[in-house]
Amino acid sequence: MTTNILEMRSITKTFPGVKALQDVSLAVKRGHIHAICGENGAGKSTLMKVLSGVYPHGTYEGEIVFENEPVAFKSINDSEASGVVIIHQELALSPFLSIAENIFLGNEQQNNGWIDWNKTNMEAAKLLARVGLKDNPITKIRDIGVGKQQLVEIAKALSKEVKLLILDEPTAALNDEDSAHLLDLMKHLKGQGVTSIMISHKLNEIKAIADEVTIIRDGKLIETLDMHTDDISEERIIKGMVGRDLGSRYPDHTPNIGEELLRVEDWNVYHPLDHQRRVVKDANITVRAGEIVGIAGLMGAGRTELAMSVFGHSYGHNISGTVYKNGVKINTSTVANAIDHGLAYATEDRKRYGLNLIEDIKRNISTVGMHKIAKRGWVDSNQEIVVAEGYRKSMNIKAPTVEALAGKLSGGNQQKVVLSKWMFSDPDVLILDEPTRGIDVGAKYEIYGIINRLADAGKGVIVISSELPELIGICDRIYTIFEGRITADVARGQTTAEFLMQNMTQERDKDKR
Amino acid sequence: MSVFRSSLNYLAGQLRQIGLFIALIAIVIFFQVATNGITLKPINVTNLIVQNSYILILAVGMVMVIIAGHIDLSVGSVVAFVGAMSGVMITQWNVPWWLAIILCLGVGALVGMWQGFWIAYFGIPAFIVTLAGMLTFRGLTQIALQNKQISPFPDEFRALGSGFLPDLGGGTSAVEPLTLGIGIIATLFLVLKGIRQRRARAKYDVEDEPFAWFLTKLVFTAAMILGITYLLASYRGTPIVLIVLGVLIVVYASVMSNSVFGRHIYAIGGNLNAAALSGIKTKRVTFMLFVNMGVISALAGLVFTAQLNLANPKAGDGFELDAIAAVFIGGAAVTGGIGTVTGAIIGGFIIGLLNNGMSILGVGTEYQQLIKGLVLLGAVAFDVYNKRRSGGR
Repeated sequence: MTTNILEMRSITKTFPGVKALQDVSLAVKRGHIHAICGENGAGKSTLMKVLSGVYPHGTYEGEIVFENEPVAFKSINDSEASGVVIIHQELALSPFLSIAENIFLGNEQQNNGWIDWNKTNMEAAKLLARVGLKDNPITKIRDIGVGKQQLVEIAKALSKEVKLLILDEPTAALNDEDSAHLLDLMKHLKGQGVTSIMISHKLNEIKAIADEVTIIRDGKLIETLDMHTDDISEERIIKGMVGRDLGSRYPDHTPNIGEELLRVEDWNVYHPLDHQRRVVKDANITVRAGEIVGIAGLMGAGRTELAMSVFGHSYGHNISGTVYKNGVKINTSTVANAIDHGLAYATEDRKRYGLNLIEDIKRNISTVGMHKIAKRGWVDSNQEIVVAEGYRKSMNIKAPTVEALAGKLSGGNQQKVVLSKWMFSDPDVLILDEPTRGIDVGAKYEIYGIINRLADAGKGVIVISSELPELIGICDRIYTIFEGRITADVARGQTTAEFLMQNMTQERDKDKR
Repeated sequence: MSVFRSSLNYLAGQLRQIGLFIALIAIVIFFQVATNGITLKPINVTNLIVQNSYILILAVGMVMVIIAGHIDLSVGSVVAFVGAMSGVMITQWNVPWWLAIILCLGVGALVGMWQGFWIAYFGIPAFIVTLAGMLTFRGLTQIALQNKQISPFPDEFRALGSGFLPDLGGGTSAVEPLTLGIGIIATLFLVLKGIRQRRARAKYDVEDEPFAWFLTKLVFTAAMILGITYLLASYRGTPIVLIVLGVLIVVYASVMSNSVFGRHIYAIGGNLNAAALSGIKTKRVTFMLFVNMGVISALAGLVFTAQLNLANPKAGDGFELDAIAAVFIGGAAVTGGIGTVTGAIIGGFIIGLLNNGMSILGVGTEYQQLIKGLVLLGAVAFDVYNKRRSGGR
């Protein structure tokens, strides 16, 4: 009988307006690999941030017992001192420092303030051997690939005498070979007594190495499954991840679908920094007038990369493929071109890419369609107010006036400003990337209503989302995308969340590349 | 919420703007008292405007650059370079003065294209490009002048810097009538514009400025303009450079608030990524911004050279710092996206007043620098504190 190294009891974490975690308990056995699964936004990362002290003790309810002692981590330093180390999806390495310097960053091998380089490099070499990395410790981080960088992160964790290693989607950015190596390493570390928690979307990986899997959905614990005794299938996990009632959270809509508006053919995109890595592979998608098309994919599957590369080559390197609008080949190689051809793209990251937060609502709305209220380069400010006021009413943007700053609005209202901005540019095809992320349930319903209205007006709408019930609830047709490849194309009514999740987490036929 | 409470809330939101005005008035009063009334003597007010004109001109261009999230360190050297070119053209190439002015503005545009190319299309940070420009254009100035000064300039050219509009009173009246007329027209223009704007905003139901505050602002602005008009009219009338400056302010204030170009500058400074994804041609806007800055620097160079009646290899040294300080005192944000032309002009006047007042008081340049530095730091610290308190970014 193995004992628990970690017990998190009844953790509840509230953000203004949202319960991110509700009464979640988690027990991790010593020396096991424990996987945590759930949709994007289910609360996995929040739970790990509570555990590692990113959200300090006192900002959440519930208790954490580590090594049979109640702990109250106030910061990452506290948790690391106890042997809990988290490796985030975005690696925290300094590209211009060497591997050895990165491993001992903040924990320098020193003599009274002077770095002991011999010790630094020798200890680093030992750690690198443990993770199976043969590179010289004085190599700079930017000169090694992402896969090796991930291993350096693990070596860094080992240098802190880690007892519990937390990996947040460790293979999301890795190719197949590097992923396989990483999984082997995790098993190897397990043999050395290191306990791991792994957050992952990739069910084949979970099945390959995890001892237990805990499923979280909507901030609540669904179940913890023992991978050995219960002989758990991938379908079983998927059911836990998506299984909830679809109810009437989606407005009724009768589609009126017309001619094909947009077609993307043989679309290929390479990673902007890693030119070898293909992030979109031979993708083909179409959308017709009045049609709402979903793209279901998990984070990092290539869905945003697909959309942004089509929209003015805003992402990626060495983009190839053809875009047709109403059957005619068009050039979308700059954002201005794409907009001129009637495309719109509302980003998944409103704050970074969607809004000017220090500017007011009306000026945000007029950004794209400014030519419509300008004569010879001069903007009619009164007309601008009229336009913005119109959207404030029709989109139900909750703000005292259209001169309220975008940064002061709630997520739902910010999203409505973004949508207003694109609607004012009068596009034919709208690509909405995670349109309801970080928005409360009431506002979501309104956004769905807006999407239906757009379709009724004869526009083609593409909705990118990882929330399957949402896609099933509002889309007429859904594509799934996994590792950059479109894996399925199904009509509404002929699919289930389980079927979609299957195609989002594995390739149907294993023809790689 | 009572009317009083909401008014108070509105004023709290405008703390920065109000603070700027109060600081300006406080500084005027302080020096007026400290210098025993010299500060507001007609001749000193005229000097204050004429001798600060080139910094104010530069501040207009600089605030646009800073709103876009860039900086321009080269303007002082460009002032010198354009001054040198005007001297070479007029005295060595015998180019007529008016053609020399046009050609020099063209030189400014070329300088702007050069720097704009590296910044916008090559992607080198403006700090580096304009630091390089600061050195290269200083070098070119010395080459053009062969390290000598050029003087004198024709009277018509000098009028741009130190001339006055003709005295319609024939030099006999106590207050000059043309200046008085211009001042009254300008005041009426501003008052009417303010009222029209308020009416329009009230019509669209976005007006949140309390009426009392609107009236206070209007009366204050009118009184200030009429006061300055009276003082100028009691000396030699309207400096030509004030007309140049006035046109520049009116044009660029509306460019920044109402032109597509101006809106794009705010959008780029506020969130570059969002602007690019909204189809704004960010590189082109940045390029044009530096071309514009080059032309404005050239104008400042012409005014400065005309005023001194001298093209000097050392001209314009440190102007960039005064212009940048004016912009930040005027409320622009270091991170871009925030700032106004009028704010920068007020900031420029604050710097000018400090220079002028301390010179009259006989404060040494070492203390002048010290005090100007502390004022700049204090103004920006006030900004940062304000933002933090209001829970902004």
